[in-house]
Order: sequence, then structure tokens, then C-alpha cells
Amino acid sequence: MSFTKNLINGTNFDHESLNALQKVTLRAVVMAFLFYGLVAIEGMIMRMVEVGHIPQNPLPDMFFHPYHFFSIMTVHPIVGIFGSTYQLVFAAFTFLVPYLTKKPLYSVKLANITWLLITIGTALSWIAAFVWQYAPLYTLYWPLPADTHQFNVIGGIVFIIGVALIMVGTLGFIYNIYATIFARVGVHKNKTTKELLISGFGIDGFLNLIHKLQGKQPYSKEPALALPVVAIFRGTVDTFLDALVILGAGILILVYLVFDATGHALDVTAIDALLYKNFFWWGLDLVADGLVLIYVAGSWYLLATLITGQKLFMENVARAALMLELLVSWMVWSHHLLADQGQPEMMKLISGEMVTAFELLTQGLALFITLVTLWKARPLKMTMELKYLLGGLSGFGLAVPAAIIQADMGMNRVLHNTQWIIGAHVHVALIVGLYMTLYSALYVLWPLVTNNTKLYSHKLSNLHFWLHLIGGIGMGAFMGMAGLDGMLRRHLYVDGQFNPDMIYAAIFGSMLLLAWVIFLYNIVMSVGIKGLVGIFLPAKDPTPAYGLDEELQPADDPEFAKN
Amino acid sequence: MTFTNSAELLSFHWVAYTIYAMIILSVVAWFGYNLTRKDAKSVFRIPFYWYIAFLVAGGVGHHIFTYNAIPWVSQDIDRHNITPDAKYEFKIKEHKWIGLPKQIVIQCGQTVEFDVHSEDLVYGFGLFRQDGSMVMQMQVNPGTDVNGILDSNDILWTFNHNGVFDLTSTEYSGPKQYSEDGKDLMLVKNFVKVVGCKENGGKQ
Repeated sequence: MSFTKNLINGTNFDHESLNALQKVTLRAVVMAFLFYGLVAIEGMIMRMVEVGHIPQNPLPDMFFHPYHFFSIMTVHPIVGIFGSTYQLVFAAFTFLVPYLTKKPLYSVKLANITWLLITIGTALSWIAAFVWQYAPLYTLYWPLPADTHQFNVIGGIVFIIGVALIMVGTLGFIYNIYATIFARVGVHKNKTTKELLISGFGIDGFLNLIHKLQGKQPYSKEPALALPVVAIFRGTVDTFLDALVILGAGILILVYLVFDATGHALDVTAIDALLYKNFFWWGLDLVADGLVLIYVAGSWYLLATLITGQKLFMENVARAALMLELLVSWMVWSHHLLADQGQPEMMKLISGEMVTAFELLTQGLALFITLVTLWKARPLKMTMELKYLLGGLSGFGLAVPAAIIQADMGMNRVLHNTQWIIGAHVHVALIVGLYMTLYSALYVLWPLVTNNTKLYSHKLSNLHFWLHLIGGIGMGAFMGMAGLDGMLRRHLYVDGQFNPDMIYAAIFGSMLLLAWVIFLYNIVMSVGIKGLVGIFLPAKDPTPAYGLDEELQPADDPEFAKN
Repeated sequence: MTFTNSAELLSFHWVAYTIYAMIILSVVAWFGYNLTRKDAKSVFRIPFYWYIAFLVAGGVGHHIFTYNAIPWVSQDIDRHNITPDAKYEFKIKEHKWIGLPKQIVIQCGQTVEFDVHSEDLVYGFGLFRQDGSMVMQMQVNPGTDVNGILDSNDILWTFNHNGVFDLTSTEYSGPKQYSEDGKDLMLVKNFVKVVGCKENGGKQ
């Protein structure tokens, strides 16, 4: 097939053959990867600024302006975490929960509203930073977001409305997922809500372990929910709590900005800055140390079983560990406040150090179970999904200990707010750990979601893999080294003070950008522009499920079928 | 093993983490290679409970090690019971340091308290060597007590090596910390000077 034909028609992709669930999944995926590209470009702009005013730097002067630089830094995580990662994860789970539970999605309409709200919300936040240069950073440390001496009020209001829309979309996703899990149709027709709750929280796995130790019969031979669904169920608890906290902070900021706009500025000292930090970090940390780790563990388990076609090793332990991870995630926020001298020492010690160290245990356990499951099934073919899964495991293998090292009262004194944490930990965790896990899921789900569409080029997939892996680890490593050399993470350096580290980080960062271009090209050539547009056209087949042969009758909820 | 300043700690950390990163990447690469081989055999077995014990020991042992090897940890926890050799107190308002001495000269081995108050935003207080590496830092939160007295953000630090250190805010407090062309307006060059130490640190 010629280049033009491929570009327009793809390989064998037929968007008209997709049902409503497949289409809504793909819509969110497309938006997620477009936002990923935006984030990669933003990251490169900031990296080039940090390279400094050297003759070889092609970046125009306007990017070195502090308002411009910090506007980009403010929206970079909003677009990256919410616009891209959240959308991608939500898309995968919106498809997987009905697929794994063999039930229809509660509401395709709600799933459509979810991706639209997150997309619009992300765009609004980005516009607030681009047009009004609203730049309090994602940390929103009080009272900076309400500081109208530095920032435009309208910009602030638009930004907060954007974030609020993202959170409302998130709540829509949560409702859809729980409504699907708790729907008593199909295999769950005879299950009670209590049984589903016990399974969702992993209590059945825990009781199975206790029974085994006591030499009794298992509490539940066939748990009501599959393990990946348990992880989704559990991680979504944190997603919910996090959405409430961010919405709460957003409302607070909005009230202050609106009063300011009307000429009746409120007293910002009425809010205690340290208390606010505790509240905000408790919620925000549920993303980093809660839902991400739980969702990722669940995804590893799913991928390991799908790739090997075998049962997960130590499944009951995995179920119980997910419960532990949830509890741990609620009590670790103080590791963000180890440099705050007003924070009680006992909270630093218990929450910041000791409970945080448990993440080494829970994530290490997930790593172990996944690796043993793979090992027991060898020899395996080195498929794209397996490669990406190993990449994802490496990413977390590097990034989790990097964080545990810094979550220490001694180390934090010299590492807090440096490039170490954002490079060696955050970027390696997200780009290598999380994204490579998601790419693995994408390659596993690709035939299901696209009705066996042939991928345009296997070589390009491989090239994407290596560029992404090397670029991600390399960029994180050199950012981390700059951090050890004293480079701060939320600081503007325009004279290239931390070269050559920043030059190397920029080189590896450009590999990441190139990887994304190659991936996008491969996908567009597979589905074609017609197919890409077709994804956003209404589905002819309204089926909100995948792989169900018979129509399901709800047990006792006549309203369910209407959605 | 005791680290006498952050430069020694950061160098140790650089080496230790690099070795760890190389090991973990090699193990995954080796693992991936052997996954595809028919005749691959387990080189060694990792008993599950030993693995868990290793993780627990790593997580807890790391903190025990740093508590004993890094002197500022116990000093920080117990700082309200320690009388410093000198105390410096100043404020920050609208991205400007208020009441800041031009330079502080500290004798080797002295323990100094810095107490910083913010009148408006969250800032940071950080000292940096001339090569840019960090000596130490803390957050500076705004706020007052019930009597309207500004909250303290205090840190004790013992200086064991000669040097001249720059001061800047280590927390983002808005773009007004910088000039139009991106220069840090809160940077105070040569703010702290430590004298009287031996070449490798410690009192003469």
C-alpha cells in the first residue's frame, strides 16, 4: 500500500465496525497521546531554558522570561498527569472493567462526558497559563494561588475552573466504574453487594491467607472480582479522595479570587499555610503514592497473566497487599513536609519515614509476584507487550527506591526540592515505569479495541521502545545528577549553571520527543486519518461491552439497562 | 561511618545509587533474556520470606543508618533543647530578605541557629557552596500565632568545613523572585563564611 493510502485509510482499520465501548475508549486514548506530545514539547522547552544562554541554544528569548517559564511549569504536570495519564488510565479501565467482569459498562454517555470534561478542563488550565500567565505551580502553596499582586485574577479563575472540570470528569469515571462493578448482572447476578465489597477491598484474599495458616478450607475459592478489577476498585478509592481534596482546594482559591475580583479581597492569613500544605499533600499524594502504585500493580498482574496465559503467582498475597497499599497511601503524605520545620517531628518520623518505607515492601511485592509469574511460564516470546512490561518494571525498580532514599530526615535536608526528586524519581516513575506499563497494556488491548487492526510497522514499534526507554532513564538520570549537584526543581537558571548535566538531559529528552513522534506516526499509519476522525463519529453499534455473546438481564435494577 | 557535611553525603549517595541502578537494570536485562530461553535455569532461588525481610530491612535500616551517620538528623529533632553558639533571625517579605546581615562569619565547629519568618508567601532558606551544591535547606512558611507573632522556621546547623556559601530561597514563591531576564533576585552571594577548619574538615 502506498504512503498516501496508508495515511488516509490505515492498514485494515474500520471505525464503523467498532462498538460504543471501543469508540469511547479510543477517544480518550487519542486525547491522552495528543496531550502527551504537548507535555513532551513543554518539557523540552523548559530543559532548553535550563541549558541556558549558550550560542547553540535555538530557543527564543521570550521563553527565558520568568512568567513564561513558570507558566509552562505550572501546566506541565496538569497536562501530563490529568490530560494524558489520567485519560489513558481511565480509557484502559473503562474498557477493562466491563471486559474482565463480563458485564456492560454502566454508561457510555458518562464515559463520553468524562473524557470531554477532562479534555476541556486541561485545555482551560493550559489557556489560563498561556494567555494570562497564571503560574502558582501545581503545588498551589497557600497563599500563592490567591496572590493577585503577581497573577491575573481572571487567569486564576479560568485555571481553577479547568482543574475543577478535570475533577468532575474524574468523579464521572469513578461513578461509572463502581456502577459497573456493583451491577448485579451476568456473572454477578447472584452476588450481593457485601460479597462484591469484600472482594473489592481484598478482604477475601486476606481471609484466604488466614484460613490457610489455620489449615482450614479457603474462605473464597472463586473470588467475586478478578484481581485486576480489585486493583482498579482499590485505586479508585484514592482517585475519589484525591478528587475531593483538589476540588476543595480549588473552591477555596476560587472564593478568594472571586472576592478579589469584586474589590473585596479576603484576608489570606485566615488560612494556615502549613495546615493547608498538610491537607493538600494528603490529597495530592494519593495520586503519586496511592492510585498510581495500586493501578500499576493491578496492571502488572493483568499483563503478566495475559502474556503468560497462566494464573498469577501468590494471588491471595497480591490481593491482601493491595489492601495494605491502600492503607499505606493514606498515611505517607508527611514525606513531602520533611523540610517544614513546623511539622511535628513525630509525623515526620512515622508518616514521613516509617510508613513511607512500607511502599518499598508493597511495590517490591508486586514486582516479585509479576516476575515470578513470568519466570514460571518461560520460555516466552519477547513480544512488544512483554518488552514494555519489563521496561515498566525497571522504571519502578529505579524510581521507588530513589524516593524512599529521599523520604528520610537526613537525606531530605540536601535533596528536598532538587532535580533529584523530579528527575530520578518522578520522571523515571512516570515516563519509564507508568508509561511503559501503559504501552504494554496498549499493545495487549490493541487487537481487542480496534478489532484486530494490523499495526503499520513492527520496526517502528521497536524503535519507539528503545528511544523511550533510553530517553526516559537517561533524562531522569542526568536530572537526578544535577539535583545532587544542587540544582533546584522549581527554580529558573538561565546561565547554564548546571551544564553539562542539562545538555545531556536535553539530548535524552529529545529522544523521548522523537519516540512520541514515531509512535504517533505508527498509529496514524495504522488507523489512517479517516479512521482517526471516524473514532469521534457516533458508533453504529451501541453495545457498551466487549466479548459478550448474550444479552444480560439485570438482577434487580431495571434502571441499569436504560444507560 | 559519619558524614561531616552534605558534600560527603551526596558523593556517597551518588556512588551507592549508581551501583544500585546498574544492578537493577542488569538484573531485568538478564531476566528478560532468560525468559525467552528454553533451557534457562534458575541461577539461585530467592525464598519469598527472605525477600520480604530484605525489603523491610532495607526500608527501616536506611533510616537507622542515616540517623547514625548523618549528624544533623538527631540535632534537628532535638534542636529545641540545644543552645546554639549563635542565632540569626530575619524576615522575608515581597521576595526580599529583611534584617539580613551582609555576611555571617562562623568559626569552625560552631552550631548556628537560623530563624526565618515569612510575612506573606511560602519561601525557602538554602545555603549553597560556590560550586552550586547544597549545604542545607528548609521551607519558610508564613503564619502567625494567636498573638500575631510570626511563626518560626528554625534550623540548627554545625559547620565543620571552611567555605563561603550563597543564600537563596529554595521554594518557588512566584515569578517576582526573578528579574525580567531571569536573574534570581533573592540570591545573596557569599552570605556565610566559615573559617578555622582544617583542610579536610574539623577544628584546627
